[in-house]
Amino acid sequence: MMILSGDPPRSRVLTLLLVVIILALAATPFLFPGAKALNVAAKICVFAALVASYDLLLGYTGSVSFAHTMFYGIGSYAIAIALYGMGPNWGAVATGIVVGLPLAALLALAIGLFSLRVAAIFFAMITLAVASAFQVLASQLSWLTGGEDGRSFQLPELLRPGTVLISKNLFGFEINGRILTFYLVFAVSALMILALLRVVNSPFGRVLQAIRENRFRAEALGFRTVFHLTYANCLAALVAASAGILNALWLRYAGPDTSLSFSIMLDILLMVVIGGMGTIYGAIIGATIFILAQNYLQSLMGVASKAASEAGLPLLPGLLHPDRWLLWLGLLFIASVYFFPTGVVGRLRNSGGDKSTGASH
Amino acid sequence: MTDIAATDPLPKPKRDLAPILLPIALALVTIPLIGSPSTWLTLTAASLAMGMMIFIMASGLTLVFGLMDVLNFGHGAFIAVGAYVATLVLAPFAASVQADSLWVNLAVLAPAALLSMAVSGALGLVVERVLILPVYGQHLKQILMTTGGLIVAEQTMYALWGPQIIPMPLPTSLRGSFIFGDVAIAKYRVLAMLIGLAVFIAIQLVLNRTKLGLLIRAGVENREMVEALGYRIRRLFLGVFMTGSALAGLGGVMWALYREQVHASMSDELTVLIFVVVIIGGLGSIGGCFIGAILVAMVANYGGFLVPKLALVSNILLMVAILMWRPRGLYAVTSR
Repeated sequence: MMILSGDPPRSRVLTLLLVVIILALAATPFLFPGAKALNVAAKICVFAALVASYDLLLGYTGSVSFAHTMFYGIGSYAIAIALYGMGPNWGAVATGIVVGLPLAALLALAIGLFSLRVAAIFFAMITLAVASAFQVLASQLSWLTGGEDGRSFQLPELLRPGTVLISKNLFGFEINGRILTFYLVFAVSALMILALLRVVNSPFGRVLQAIRENRFRAEALGFRTVFHLTYANCLAALVAASAGILNALWLRYAGPDTSLSFSIMLDILLMVVIGGMGTIYGAIIGATIFILAQNYLQSLMGVASKAASEAGLPLLPGLLHPDRWLLWLGLLFIASVYFFPTGVVGRLRNSGGDKSTGASH
Repeated sequence: MTDIAATDPLPKPKRDLAPILLPIALALVTIPLIGSPSTWLTLTAASLAMGMMIFIMASGLTLVFGLMDVLNFGHGAFIAVGAYVATLVLAPFAASVQADSLWVNLAVLAPAALLSMAVSGALGLVVERVLILPVYGQHLKQILMTTGGLIVAEQTMYALWGPQIIPMPLPTSLRGSFIFGDVAIAKYRVLAMLIGLAVFIAIQLVLNRTKLGLLIRAGVENREMVEALGYRIRRLFLGVFMTGSALAGLGGVMWALYREQVHASMSDELTVLIFVVVIIGGLGSIGGCFIGAILVAMVANYGGFLVPKLALVSNILLMVAILMWRPRGLYAVTSR
């Protein structure tokens, strides 16, 4: 239990689900052939880490940030600009990391010191304003960021799909640079989630929860709440920027639509709430459900939309159109905030077994 | 000890004039920077018109927050709904819109605007009952619920009207400009200024001169006390929420005519602007919201003329500067 920081899933079904998800992700290159399955798996890994870092803010400190994609974007763009400008070598990767991560942390520090002093609602509004300004900036500074087109780049030799590490005749599978990149993404994401689990179960994490429950009381107990909140904000920004780096490495591209847009922010919110706020494990569940739905439910909706339009029903074809899947997810989001605010993880924990620790809030 | 006779007038609260002087000072400072007086006048008129439109959209949000401590992240949806509803009226009567007579034009525009306000107001009723009523007093859930509402509203608009941009041409008699010497002021901007001013005065009169306004102001100050005196503050709030939504719808129509197009994503762009205005003004303050809207529009217009690159982040810079000066906004109304 050391590796989980003494915070196991606490529900048989949940444990089973997590084990299945993680095993399936780890074995994706061998179980599900094809580029799409690998893409989906990589995206789940990246988003699980990103959502977990958002959970540190939303679930553990109770502050709503709309600037999380900004940090994600900073990571993406840092690595993309470095690899684009300096050519595909490891020095460029290192430069991207060395520039991107501190930049994200500094910006988080500035926002935190500026707006976390006051109410949570202020923080939400200010992060929204700053993030939208950053988005405009990124699309306008086209000499640096490539504008709306973004930046495509090449990876170092070792990570390219053309590089064959283990040829086919050994195991019946070819291990190439692409699969190596996938495992890099998988391993770093897993490490970050475990690290976040460590953070939230440390005394520092307990203080964050205390602030969430009653900020005034936490302050009265002698904790410097602004320091704790800002620190959490910086940590979350660092993990988000790292997730951005992984995402850019996987896509070999960084652009406004894949890393900065407001719709990604909404996706993150949906994933946290559906998975379960304040659990970290919820991030894995939420990201998996959401991204599977995003990639496979849409085609299902297309079929339904076609059937509805052939049956001559009014309005329904438009509502069931694959592009409108966010509508149904939005309804699901409202319903889940309303009916089960603790998300899938909270539900599973409360329904089975350990009642004493499960129903903490 | 000074004696206070019973006939003495009640001590008046100190008037805080500094925020009012701020936009005036800003306008005066930019005269030498811009150089040409006629350009300056045109820019000032443009900022006033834009400011009035933003004020109309933002006033509901700030009142709702001040009264019930509810921040509606889906406020932008009412704006887009208002604009779309107006197209429903304006499109079939395109001939009257094109007619070269002010009265014929207004005879279509006025019902369109009224219908927009009615529909967004009705939508406000639904949103308040369904989304906000269950989560009073819980900020986190309010933000989540209203954000969810925004997603659903936006997607429904996409489903109903399609993803394309709908053109919304200005009526013929409102095109062109009034020319005074070498100063040109667009006719529509004058109309926008008049409507904005009328809305501001109407809100101020209702708030300061009627019993309803007294209750609303009392509710902003101390909700429990108003409830204890036997008034149903929930019903009061519902009324304010619906009025705010209707005003957002009106602002949406005006903004769409200003841009001459309607798109579901207009709510996103405006939400940020409105939030900046509401933060600058001080959450809950109508006067602050009015000044904030003019300031934001001035910075956008003057800034866009003087330093076009800076215009992208000018709102944020303005917000930072104001919050450095007064951390709770220009006029801090609530103690929250």
